[in-house]
Amino acid sequence: MKFETAIAPHLLPVNRVDWVMAKVLLALLPGIIALTVYFGVGVWVNIVIAVITALVLEAVLLKWRGLPVVPALKDLSAMVTAVLLAISLPVIAPWWLVLLGTAFAIVIAKHLYGGLGYNPFNPAMMGYVFLLVSFPVPMTAWIAPTPVAGFDWTVLEQVAFNLGLGLPEQVQFDAITLATPLDRLKTEIALGHPISAIQNAPVFGYISGKGWEWVALGYLLGGCWLLWQKVIGWQIPLGLMLGLALPAGLGYLLDSEQFANPGFHLAAGATMLGAFFIATDPVTAATSSKGRLFYGALIGLLTYLIRTFGGYPDAIAFSVILANLCVPTIDYLTRPRVFGQRS
Amino acid sequence: MYSMLKLFNFHGGLQLPRHKQVSLERPVATASLPEQLIYPLQLRPGVRLTATVQPGERVLAGQVIADSEHFLATPVHAASSGVVRGIVDWLAPHPSGLPDHAVVIDTDGLEQAVAPMPGLDYRHETPATIKARIRQAGVVGLGGAAFSTAVKLNPGPNRVIDTLILNGAECEPYITCDNALMQTRARAVVEGALILLHALQIGRCLIAVEDHMTEALAALDAVLAEVKDRRLSRVAVPSVYPTGGERQLIKVLTGKEAPSGGIPADVGIVCQNVGTAAAIYDAVVNGLPLTWRLVTVTGKGVARPSNWLARIGTPIADLIEQSGGYTPDVRRLIIGGPMMGFALPDDVIPIAKASNCILAAALSEVDVDRETRACIRCGECANACPVNLLPQQLYWYSRVNNLDKLKQFSLFDCIECGCCEVVCPSHIPLVNYYRAAKSKTLTKAKQAEKAAIAKRRHDANQERKAREQAEKAERARARKAALAAAKQQEQPSES
Repeated sequence: MKFETAIAPHLLPVNRVDWVMAKVLLALLPGIIALTVYFGVGVWVNIVIAVITALVLEAVLLKWRGLPVVPALKDLSAMVTAVLLAISLPVIAPWWLVLLGTAFAIVIAKHLYGGLGYNPFNPAMMGYVFLLVSFPVPMTAWIAPTPVAGFDWTVLEQVAFNLGLGLPEQVQFDAITLATPLDRLKTEIALGHPISAIQNAPVFGYISGKGWEWVALGYLLGGCWLLWQKVIGWQIPLGLMLGLALPAGLGYLLDSEQFANPGFHLAAGATMLGAFFIATDPVTAATSSKGRLFYGALIGLLTYLIRTFGGYPDAIAFSVILANLCVPTIDYLTRPRVFGQRS
Repeated sequence: MYSMLKLFNFHGGLQLPRHKQVSLERPVATASLPEQLIYPLQLRPGVRLTATVQPGERVLAGQVIADSEHFLATPVHAASSGVVRGIVDWLAPHPSGLPDHAVVIDTDGLEQAVAPMPGLDYRHETPATIKARIRQAGVVGLGGAAFSTAVKLNPGPNRVIDTLILNGAECEPYITCDNALMQTRARAVVEGALILLHALQIGRCLIAVEDHMTEALAALDAVLAEVKDRRLSRVAVPSVYPTGGERQLIKVLTGKEAPSGGIPADVGIVCQNVGTAAAIYDAVVNGLPLTWRLVTVTGKGVARPSNWLARIGTPIADLIEQSGGYTPDVRRLIIGGPMMGFALPDDVIPIAKASNCILAAALSEVDVDRETRACIRCGECANACPVNLLPQQLYWYSRVNNLDKLKQFSLFDCIECGCCEVVCPSHIPLVNYYRAAKSKTLTKAKQAEKAAIAKRRHDANQERKAREQAEKAERARARKAALAAAKQQEQPSES
């Protein structure tokens, strides 16, 4: 009997890109639910706009580049980029902001660099930074979390606002926005106020900010599930958290009225999202185990420095992009010792 | 005897689904005599034998039918009596799937054999005599490499051997012939180990068996309890693929790493397969050449998977037929395991000395028509690599043919175990890239060598021409001078 031949290994592969991506999306759910509970349904409007934009542009670009469209869309990578960007943006971001950021992420940061696997910079963070430097006002307008919001509006009214149809009559724009804990801390410290006094403001919660700490917990939970599922390794999240918490701890010990404690830094802003979902983007991260630890630590350190001494309240996006630049060098310097060779 | 040895880990490796029980449920059976026995003349890449029999000649079981002067060559013996049909082109059990010269014997069913070689009491023989017998009996590594066992027992004067490792860590999925061998012939394995210790003149042997092989472990322990030799200890090793790889097993048992580009003997170790040890026992004590082996016939593509004691040279089709034939789902015929085995184009191919397993795989068991996607640099390959390479970097440099970088990233340390490829979420045929890059590097080296030879030849040619020119000029000058001298001599006489 005759047979077709093939090359070893013959064993079925045990993993698939689309499963990996699907698991990442699933793991984001607890954080997104916390966002919804504390900041409203706007996050879902952002997600829908971003995903549609990403899929359409991904298809158009693939077609334009003469690449197969359907298999690439099915790998869900464009969707992950879109969702990561959407949940990083202010919940009440106008629709065009989401659309523009996603377009930048997919077209410029992903496909102009060669598409999935070739882009040196995290596309979602490139989209975020592009928006932050181009449209600082809407990018820093965060809605007040539910427990401290002095207004009430329906789901439909929220969706309508995100879509640019204006606010309901009884609500003023200034009334719904509130500086984020990180933002507030930065401004107040600059004014010379001690942290113990600053943290009495209603926006602060148990660890970081009201609502924010629950969102962080949600991402932490999802991240732990990804670790358990072996979708991500422990090196980047741990490196990032240590890189942030160690200098924060040092600062806190030196002057607890000037420098926020490490717990605050870990639970505030995008730390958890960054540690488990953004810095762990395999395409743009370092690849060796040791390298990933350094890479994560670098992001953590840069985040602390920018948050504390820089011009922006949060810094995950900038730090990730700066660390992306260092990846080839990190990888080269952390090559493992090959079996049977001298170190 | 039950070793309390501290075990070591190697980086990476995989816990694969074993699929081993299926071929162990039936007892080992003896395969019937096939109508034809086929013996390919290529022993290993680069080692070719010459037939020592003529077409039409009658041969007996145990008779040498092919041999060579090559130092890595070992003779091949007929497994049964019959008439040599000829030296013909036959599909060979080789990854190329191409036909090669083979001695084909039409068996006569009489099973007449030559008288066995005299049995040796190895304790009273010199190591040289034992090694000569091992070669004479055609014993090669039965774990898959078919490397001459006698050569492996001669590590050279500069290497001091202290430990023998018997490899019974059958780490690839599906394969169970070593397991079956240890269950049925534990005595031969242990005796083989004692012979090897004598041949190597050393006092330590570790018999490594994967921890899930409880029956094999029990059988070995029973014999070891009887033999009571303190030099022997059996070790249960964790079943992580590729623990059965020679270098990986040495690392697990001793913590030592055979140097890159070197051999295990560089760290004082000789490693032999358990089947090889049993074959050595047969050769030395019973005087029997290697003409039979245990082979696993398994997979969802065959009706009754089991282990067969079969004559080397038996066509695979015969073994499949005795295993109840193919199932309708059969899709691929593999010799060896699903990780490193090679797919065969046809089942007329015979089993060779190193054929440990025939895997008739069904569609659900093998990877078919996979869709390759872009590498997402996840690094799972690097986590799985037992050699601690960076498969991803090797992949990128293979794609752009950067042979210098590939060398820098230790391409040639890759053992092609397939771990990286199995875990790759993008389903990239990584091992294939590495094989291609290796052969390109070798081709380039060969070309460079050829070019160097051509250059030397050209330079020598130029030099010779220049020398000839100079000699010619010298001769002309000498002639002229002689002529002038003669003229001068002539002139006075004329005057």
